[in-house]
Order: sequence, then C-alpha cells, then structure tokens
Amino acid sequence: MQLTLEIWRQAGPQDKGRFETYQVKASPDMSFLEMLDVLNEDLLAQGKEPVAFDHDCREGICGSCSLVIDGVPHGPKDLTTTCQLHMRSFQEGDRITIEPFRANAFPVHKDLVIDRSAFDRIMQAGGYISVNTGSAPEAHSVPVPKENAEQAMDAAACIGCGACVAACPNAAAMLFTAAKVSQYANLPQGQPERTHRALAMVQQMDAEGFGACTNHYECMGACPKGISVDNIARLNREYLRAESLPELKP
Amino acid sequence: MSQVLDSKVPSGDLADKWTQYKFDLKLVNPANRRKFKVIVVGTGLAGSSAAASLAEMGYQVHAFCIHDSPRRAHSIAAQGGINAAKNYKNDGDSVYRLFYDTIKGGDYRSREANVHRLAEVSRNIIDQCVAQGVPFAREYGGLLANRSFGGAQVSRTFYARGQTGQQLLLGAYSALMRQVHTGGVTMHTRQEMLELVTVDGVARGIITRNLITGELERHSADAVLLCTGGYGNVFFLSTNAKASNVTAAWRAHKRGAFFANPCYTQIHPTCIPVSGSHQSKLTLMSESLRNDGRVWVPKKEGDQRKAADIPDAERDYYLERKYPSFGNLVPRDVASRNAKQVCDEGRGVGATGMAVYLDFADAIARDGKAAIAARYGNLFEMYERITDEDPYKVPMRIFPAVHYTMGGLWVDYNLESTVPGLFVLGEANFSDHGANRLGASALMQGLADGYFVVPSTIAAHLAGRTLPPVNPQDPAFAAAENDARERTEKLLSVGGNRSAFEMHRELGQICWDYCGMSRNAQGLQTALGKIRDLREAFWNDLKLPGSGSELNQSLEHAGRVADFMEFAELKVTDALHREESCGGHFREEHQTPENEAKRNDEDFSYVAAWEYEGPGKAETLHKEDLIFDNVKLTTRSYK
Repeated sequence: MQLTLEIWRQAGPQDKGRFETYQVKASPDMSFLEMLDVLNEDLLAQGKEPVAFDHDCREGICGSCSLVIDGVPHGPKDLTTTCQLHMRSFQEGDRITIEPFRANAFPVHKDLVIDRSAFDRIMQAGGYISVNTGSAPEAHSVPVPKENAEQAMDAAACIGCGACVAACPNAAAMLFTAAKVSQYANLPQGQPERTHRALAMVQQMDAEGFGACTNHYECMGACPKGISVDNIARLNREYLRAESLPELKP
Repeated sequence: MSQVLDSKVPSGDLADKWTQYKFDLKLVNPANRRKFKVIVVGTGLAGSSAAASLAEMGYQVHAFCIHDSPRRAHSIAAQGGINAAKNYKNDGDSVYRLFYDTIKGGDYRSREANVHRLAEVSRNIIDQCVAQGVPFAREYGGLLANRSFGGAQVSRTFYARGQTGQQLLLGAYSALMRQVHTGGVTMHTRQEMLELVTVDGVARGIITRNLITGELERHSADAVLLCTGGYGNVFFLSTNAKASNVTAAWRAHKRGAFFANPCYTQIHPTCIPVSGSHQSKLTLMSESLRNDGRVWVPKKEGDQRKAADIPDAERDYYLERKYPSFGNLVPRDVASRNAKQVCDEGRGVGATGMAVYLDFADAIARDGKAAIAARYGNLFEMYERITDEDPYKVPMRIFPAVHYTMGGLWVDYNLESTVPGLFVLGEANFSDHGANRLGASALMQGLADGYFVVPSTIAAHLAGRTLPPVNPQDPAFAAAENDARERTEKLLSVGGNRSAFEMHRELGQICWDYCGMSRNAQGLQTALGKIRDLREAFWNDLKLPGSGSELNQSLEHAGRVADFMEFAELKVTDALHREESCGGHFREEHQTPENEAKRNDEDFSYVAAWEYEGPGKAETLHKEDLIFDNVKLTTRSYK
C-alpha cells in the first residue's frame, strides 16, 4: 500500500518544528512502527535524517511508544498501543498525520521523542509502599479479597505511556496518578501511607504543570490498557479524605 | 579446576552453605555504607531491585538506564510468572525440589550452590513483592493462586494475569523511585554505558553517553553492577526489546571480564511466526498456553487443508505421542527442537510452512470459552491483533524464537566477575540456568540477585579490599573516554552505503541458520567465515546520518550492532568447541537414535569461560569444572 505521511519534525526543544510530507510503501501485515522503520531506511538511503521516535518492546507493554496518529494518541484502534497497531487498519492511498504527544509537561527532545520524566517524579513523590528489602512478612499473613486484588490489578495495568495526558484537553495526568493511588488503595498493604500518598502525588502532579481534570473522559478513551476513570473517582475520594486530615499533610 | 577461576563456592552442606556464608562474610558497618558509591547499570528486575536494596542499606547508589524511565526495561514484558518454593499447594514442593528441577532443567550445566541459593530465596521474593503491593492472582479466600508452568510437575508459579514481569518490575521500580525520593539513588536516564573503567585492575567506574546531548560522561565508584540483560538480539529477530543489547557486557569483557557459555541460547517454543521480511521483532505467547493448548501438525507432508478440515486421525499430536508423561508441557528446548523437526519434515503449517498449531478447541469444548478467556484472554487478543486470526475459532500458529540467553559474564558465588569490583546480575550473568532455563525462573533469578544476593555479597568486595579514592579526573577515565569517543567517531566516519539495520538483519540470519536451534561443525565453521566477512563489510560500508553530539538513534543502534558483530564470533566459537548436545545447545553430531540431545558429561561438564586477548586474537578458554555432590547426573527424560 502507498501512503502519504505528514510527520512532525523538530530538531530540538528550542526549534519551532513543522510538518514534513513523505511517501512510503507499506504492507498490511506490518506494524505501524515497522512502517516507520521502512521510511527511515528510505530516508537514510536518500541521505536524509531518519525520524526519531521512542519504541522498545514492540509488544504493547513497555510504554515507550507514543505518537498521535490522525489526532488520536496511539492511533485509531481501541486498546492498542502504536507498536501493536497494524497497517491493515489503514487504506491504500491514506494520508496519515503523525505528531508527538503534546503537553507542556512533556517537552519534545527531538521529532517524536518526548520527555516523560514528570511521570517518574510523580511516582517518586509517593507511588510506592515503603517496605525495605528483607523486612516483609510472610506473603500469606495478609489475605486480600479476590475482588480487591483484581481491582488493584486493573489499575496496575497502566504502562505509563502518557496517552491519557495527550488526549486530555487540559493535559491532565489524573488517570496516570489515579491508577497508582487506586492500586494501593485497594490493597491492605497500601493503607498505612494512603493519606500521604494521595496528597504528595497530587501535589507533584500539579507542580509538573499538568492540568486539572474536568471529566472529559478522553483519557479513558485513549488508554491502550483500558484504565477506567473509576480510578479518578477513587483518587478524588482519597484526596478529599486526606485533605480532611490537615495534620497529616506532607 | 582452572587456576584462574575460583568459584568461591563455600564448603559445608548444600542446604547450609548460603546461611553459613552470609555469617562468614565481612559486613560493612551501617555508618560506613554512605561512604561507598555503587554504580548500577540497567534497571530491569535485577538492576532496580539491587539499586533500591543497596540504597535502603545506606550505600550511595547511581543507577543508569538507556530508556526515558527505568520502568521501560524489558523485564516488563515477561508474561507467565515467577517460581517460588512456597508449597502453598501442598503438592510436594520444597526448596530442594525447586533446586533439583532447575539443575535438571538446565541439563546439569549450572552450579549446585548457586541454584540452591536461588531456590532458598525464591520464598523471600514473594513475601517482598506482596508487601510492595504487587497484585498477584488470588483465590477467593484471599490467598495467593499458583499454577503449574513450563515443565514443572508441581504448581509453584505465582502470576499477575499475563503481566507478571510488568507487575514485578513496577514493584522494584517503585522501590527505586522511593530511594530516588530519599536521595539514596541518583537516577541517570537515557544514558548508555560505553566503557568500563578499571584502576589497578579493579572496576572503578564507567563512561556513558548521554543519549540526548551525545556528551560522554565519566562516573566513578567503588563497585560497578552490570544488570544489562541478555544478548538475544544478536539474532536480530528475537522476543527481546529493540534496545536490548550486549554492549555493556561486551565492553566489560574487553576489559577483562570472562564471558561464559555464550553458545547457550533459549529458543522459546511458543512465539508468533515470522510473517515477512519487514519484520522487526518476534512476539512471545506465554507458554502457560501449553497448559490447555494441544500442539499438532498434519501427519501428511505438505497437507494444505485448513486445520478444521483435517480429521483427528490425520493429525499428529507429536509432543503427546513422543512424551506421554509430560506431553505438551515438555521443557522449552525439547518443545522447540521438535517443532523444528516436524517443519523440516515438510509438515509445518501456514503460508511459510514454518509453524505448528497450538489448538484450544478441546479445552474450549471441555471448560467453555469463558474459562479459556479468563485464563488467556489478553494473549488471545494480542495474537489476533498481530495475525488477524481469532484463536477461539482457528488454532494459533506458533514457531520457536530466540527468547533468553543462559550464557553471560562469568561470575563467582558473590556474583563478582573476573574483574574485581564488577558484579553481574540477572540475565547478564551465566550462573543459574545452565544450558536451558525453565519457565518462570528468569524473574526469580533477576530478583534473587538484586534483592537478596548482591546486597550481602557486595561486602566481600567493599569491606574485603582496600579501595583507594578515585576521581573522574584520573588518567584511566580519560583513556576510557577517549576509547569511547574514537569508536563513535570511527562509526560516523565510515561513509559507506549500507545501514546498520540491514547488516544487523544479515548477522541475525547467519546466527539463526548456523547457530540456532540445531548446530553442526561444518555450519559453525561456515558461520565464522560469514561473520568475519560481514564485520569487515560493516566497518567499510556503514552509512550513518547526523553527528555524535545530538540525539542520534541510528548511531546508538550501529554501536550495538558493532558489538554484536564481535560477540557473534565468540558465540559461534563456543558452540563449535562444545562437542556435545545439552539444553538449548543441540549439536547434530551428538544425538541419540531418537534424535534426543546426547550430553557428554565425561568431557564437557564444565563452564566455558572465555578471556579476551586483544583485537583479532583468538580468545582463551578457561574451564570451571562443575561438581555435583548432591544430584546424580542422569539423562534428561520427559517421556
């Protein structure tokens, strides 16, 4: 299949950036990133600079790949990361627009490669249960109701790709933050630090320049792992509860 | 025993060695730990767990990863589970049984003491992960669920749906993030280690390239831990992530760390077959699928009928036929080799003929579609996304693919390499899986090394040696940085016509054809010639864009391919020298009349550790004899 690509090119963080148009020949059983591999080999052969993009596992789990494809983070197929999107989702002759995830908190390094270290800093603020190696009790000493374990796992499936931020009109990181808070809120092991966690992670999220949630639910629509906005409701409850205990504020 | 290689395996009863050894080890006083700086390269299961644990103890830790975040490491992609000898199922499991299964599964090519220690600490790993909030699968009573996995006859595998690696890595990553927050760990992302720095023969730092700016950086320390994964991408097509590479290990090898058993590669039996020449990687389907799926091919050669049109009597469920007691659950090496054999006979299925069926029709008829969906739903979806076929309706097509590498840098019982102060953890070392790794054991080993082994054994180095202060201004750092810079400049100045991508693919094909699932002396000799020719072509005809002083993904890849080009020769040399079949290393000259692997314990019951002798020179082989005091070497039989 013959395709026309409009790809965002940006030399570095200071560069203004622009779209450039390319032609590429693909086959339907290629993944989207394999199609970009082909383009990059073509560009190299022509003495032009290949397009920089983040990717790694190519099985939809590492969260490295990103891309806004025709206006949608990770492209047109539901519950699918860009690396798992296949060209059979497109038609012969299609014109496809490819941009980086856009948010003030995700500055562009180059072309389609962005800086998502803000997510790590949200995690550093409280995305953990404090348990030093060696100090854990026997695993069966604390039973966890299956329903809670399943809900924790639903939330824990987040791959930290940032599609939720890219899809949100406010560039909020609520779904990402909520998924982690929710995972621990569902587990008995997460209770001792629940107050501090909710406050500290939300505070860091705000400090990074992410926007506020105004219930568009675009995040859930874009999430390749189907993380539910129910988690945001839980984060709001956790946060309100924590706020009502002023002496525990970090 | 080689004069050079001292495994430092402690004396005493197998079951007491680790406990006694920990008591005998020197300790670093808590107040002194903050004076020691430890570099951890790689943030997968081994690296993240080691970095977090060492920081919790009070060491100053500097952790490095090539990704934008430590959470991206490829441990994240492991699906199936993690073994632990908890015996929660009351089915006769024990530390000794896990030890025994692992030694046997490794085809008696691993070290008894290391494997026993692994089995011992497996239990602590589960405790640690549960306390961290890893959402393992649970029963209705709230206790942990287990399943049987990958050729084990007990249910000892803990899992979190099909995303066990992800959840364990996120657990270790969260512990790491906590230490970054407290200041115990300084995290360096998007940094690639290009050289190991040794001072007076001791590992004292690394040279890294900042992948965003291209700048080379010098980092000094009192110990260096390599947790940089395996070398599977020497095959180009593998289940490894695209950035997985041998560079850190290879550069350490060239600075004196011996490379052990590089011919041992695990070819995983249940992967989605190659579909075309554009393919950039292969995708694993968890082998938990073999618990319910039945593997078959048509009895007749060249049978072009659809699977549904082939009656049961004309199907060959070859694993069930040949191995009645293990059936579809034979270990990975056995399952892979048999798949290749039936395809070589012309009985493979699908457009390429290089695939076998994994059929769920009987399981769906027995347990219902809902039950199968609950067990494997995410895997079935992944399969459909990639192949556009619905495995609830037609059998999956699978074929073996390179998945894991048992070989790696040689380490002693402390996990210290032949370079003092350089420790190697996880898949990057050679130590625990022998010639074949059992399912659900990689996650166990990575976390064992990082959480429980190295935090103790590192004291042997830090408290046991006098470490004069070093700083990055020392000449050794300048020299190593210069080597890294020259190498980068050399890559950029070739000015040829071929891309690293294309030549990497070619290298992979050579390795797959001659040093893949089955090997023979003539083929391996051929491969040596082809690899040398390709390497020469690489350095004469490489085309790279851009410069070294910017984000340049083509340059990053080319540097890794350059190291694979050198490593491949050692891998093939090792395969050629090992005149026996064992585990994942199948030499066609050494097989039984039933085409099973034939080991030669008399002559090859040793670890082959290779010493780098300089550019263009043959490497020197050192042997560490494997001593089995506790298990009796038998022919591995799964019949």
